[in-house]
Amino acid sequence: MTAQDIVWAEYRRLAVRRTAVLLIDGAAIVATATLDVATGPAFLPIATVARSLARLAEDRTVDAIVWSIRLPVALMALVVGAALGLSGAIMQTILNNPLASSYTLGVSAGAGFGAALVIVFGAAMPMSDAYAVPVSAFAFAGVACAGVYLIGSTRGATPEMLVLAGIALLFLFQALLSLLQYVASPEALQQIVFWLFGSLQRATWAKLAIVAAVVALCAPALARDAWRLTAMKLGDERARALGIDVRAVRLRAFALISLLTGVAVAFVGTIGFVGLVAPHVARIFVGEDQRFLLPASAAAGMAILSAASAASKLVVPGALFPIGIVTALIGVPFFIGLIVRSRRAYW
Amino acid sequence: MRVSIEDVTVRYGAHVALRGVSLAAEPGQVVALVGPNGSGKSTLMRAVAGLARHEGRIGLGAAPRGARHVGFMPQDIGPRVSLTVLEVVLLGRLASLALRVTREDVDAASALLGRLGVADLAPRMIGELSGGQRQLVFLAQVLAGDPAVLLLDEPTSALDLRNQLELLGLVRRLTRKKGLATIVSLHDLNVAARFADSIAVLCAGRLHATGAPGAVFTADMLRAVYGVEADVSADAGGLPVITAQRACVAAETKPAAARAAAG
Repeated sequence: MTAQDIVWAEYRRLAVRRTAVLLIDGAAIVATATLDVATGPAFLPIATVARSLARLAEDRTVDAIVWSIRLPVALMALVVGAALGLSGAIMQTILNNPLASSYTLGVSAGAGFGAALVIVFGAAMPMSDAYAVPVSAFAFAGVACAGVYLIGSTRGATPEMLVLAGIALLFLFQALLSLLQYVASPEALQQIVFWLFGSLQRATWAKLAIVAAVVALCAPALARDAWRLTAMKLGDERARALGIDVRAVRLRAFALISLLTGVAVAFVGTIGFVGLVAPHVARIFVGEDQRFLLPASAAAGMAILSAASAASKLVVPGALFPIGIVTALIGVPFFIGLIVRSRRAYW
Repeated sequence: MRVSIEDVTVRYGAHVALRGVSLAAEPGQVVALVGPNGSGKSTLMRAVAGLARHEGRIGLGAAPRGARHVGFMPQDIGPRVSLTVLEVVLLGRLASLALRVTREDVDAASALLGRLGVADLAPRMIGELSGGQRQLVFLAQVLAGDPAVLLLDEPTSALDLRNQLELLGLVRRLTRKKGLATIVSLHDLNVAARFADSIAVLCAGRLHATGAPGAVFTADMLRAVYGVEADVSADAGGLPVITAQRACVAAETKPAAARAAAG
């Protein structure tokens, strides 16, 4: 066996191991999503859920619960988890910063401000709240993303400048949100707070289709840039020396982050933990090669949010806990345990 | 591919890092850039690599300047990231790399690692390696791009003596065999004299001297540029051997640098 044969065999082994991680992620996602559909005010046995999903259920009530109520919510948890996991991974990569996520750099805060704006001044809007809130949240997520990029670009769009711009905008939008809460009526204030907690219960098939379509559209663009994004982990200077137009890649990445975060947050509210943590969980298992890290981050986001969705219905039987609280309460101890037990630093 | 640098000036805000430098590197030739810290060696490399804005003209043969033609290895030893050595080297073939890595890609990368004597590092994480090992891996990355122009900024700064000799020997052989134009910045003047065809001495952003090692490395140059009293003799092959004796006293120190900075 030549040295080249050995290196090739080791590479194949690594690729197989990473693919296995993705397959295990897939199995975990199926398990958590099934549990998510099974749980609720009335627990449905897994076999019953499976029969209903296969269109073999004889009880039309079960079909109605599964297909009209629980399945859109369970699938929304998956696509939103994927969107947040992906956007977090891209942000941490292009900014070379383990603390970067849409939540920590003001994009979610922008969306929250957009939603609150409609909730407080909704009467003046030409459309119903059901559409105006997500549209405004999506638009302000885009405004925040563009703001981070434009302010950060004044000094060459370096990771440091972009992170500082993001943190500045986070505080700005949080202050503006507080201002709206200060002037809001008690009813509007309650609505804002509930929106900010995040909730998957607003999911419908139509909203689900929109989020899924955005994630599906972003995937090929991310696949095309996978090697370039990997190279950017070596630093801007080395990436440019490899012939990468770092500014163009970063601009494309910001556009995708804006789309993914905007559409996810618009329909379910701000969920902070997933975008930050899912990429770290993925990185521990598959490393920094973005061909594997991006799908693994999406998968980790799906599993985390799906598990949280199921847990949110189990914490207090009969009651529904806000998903944003559950993701943090359950996910943080798990995440801390994971990073403390890891043998090396992965960021 | 010939590299011609004509009257190149680089400014960082109000600071002028390079002032009207003109230099050429012919195919098959190794040019060593030497000079004190802050003399502009890295800036000149970055300008040739297209990474620093400059005035003046930098020509790379008949082809337009681009990353496919220039392989640049920056001075730092690289970040500690969760990528395997093989992946880092594969990134050097970025232009031809598909989403699915082929056996040919891996063979090319492992062959380069083998030539540098570090094939066994291929599955290791780059962040777990020593500074010297990382320098070797990043040289393999640069070579993986099959460049026509090689720019190496202090490529031996973290290497032990044996690896220094082996790396520079390989660079010189590749330069000859493939007709590369190679510019390498070095601090060890004896190593530069041994491996380079031509020496370019930078001082305070200006080109102080250029030519064959024997002509450039003189006691006067070392006193003027480095502020060092040194003996310069010749070895059996006629190459200069520099033995530094002492730093000059303040009144004699770096007169050329001071004049250049003032001018």
